[in-house]
Amino acid sequence: MLLLKCPYCGAKAEETEFSGGGEAHLSRQKSGSTDAGFAAYMFERRNPKGVILERWHHAYGCGKWFHAARSAVTLEVFGTYSVQALAPPKDIIAKIRARLPEWEEKK
Amino acid sequence: MFELSTAVELEGNGAVLVARHAPVGMVTLKAGLNRAISAALKQSTGAGVPPKRKIRKGIAWMAPDELLIFTESDPDALIRELDSRITAPALLADVSDARAVFTLKGRGVRDVLAKGAPIDLSPEAFGTDDFRRTRLGQVAVALWIPAPDEARLICLASVGQFVFDWLVNASQKDSLPDYFST
Ligand SMILES: [Zn+2]
Repeated sequence: MLLLKCPYCGAKAEETEFSGGGEAHLSRQKSGSTDAGFAAYMFERRNPKGVILERWHHAYGCGKWFHAARSAVTLEVFGTYSVQALAPPKDIIAKIRARLPEWEEKK
Repeated sequence: MFELSTAVELEGNGAVLVARHAPVGMVTLKAGLNRAISAALKQSTGAGVPPKRKIRKGIAWMAPDELLIFTESDPDALIRELDSRITAPALLADVSDARAVFTLKGRGVRDVLAKGAPIDLSPEAFGTDDFRRTRLGQVAVALWIPAPDEARLICLASVGQFVFDWLVNASQKDSLPDYFST
């Protein structure tokens, strides 16, 4: 069971109150992009055994989207953060590194 | 507003009483919940913007940009009044017919709700002015527990019958775990 805290309404709940929105921080391919680049943007997703950054929707709650950083192995949640963020905030990165010193944020 | 004498459907034979109310006046306000909005609300209803996930004096916090105002007067009149006082961009809508309202009464109300809502319903975590949007079974609801043995719940009217039947089923005699009501 995954326990998340919505950064907008502050509610703590387990995952069935939310709905998952897939990998976070994808950069959209603009017009003029290559077919391969657009195909990668559309279909290719990382599936690491370790830290994943995801989008979540507080579907049964306040209705807001947000980001979450968690471990796909242990379901430990390192933190949730603003949907507008282009990358995880420093405090969440520090929490991840404290647990997994090797971890690098992939660009 | 939540008198049981006006209930349109009532089941009193279970471990807790389940009642569906006749339509209750409800107005949705969508806006940036700032001080000006709070002042306008106060002038019109006597109460300002409640804190996050709280219900105070009939005003419930739904989301960072949304409130639900319960009213005993004419919702349209309240909307006109608020509209004249609020200058910032805002949406006001009469949602009285869009939602079903329920009351549960009895020692086991927390146990009944906990059967279907994935939230901490212990009295320490969920007090008398807490207001929570969550799910009950498979449908979205919002609930609050204004008194020790009394809970209130709202959901979309389209699933009102489902929720009533769900609550009656979940409150059958001798079916409660008595986790919160010992
Ligand atoms: Zn939320």
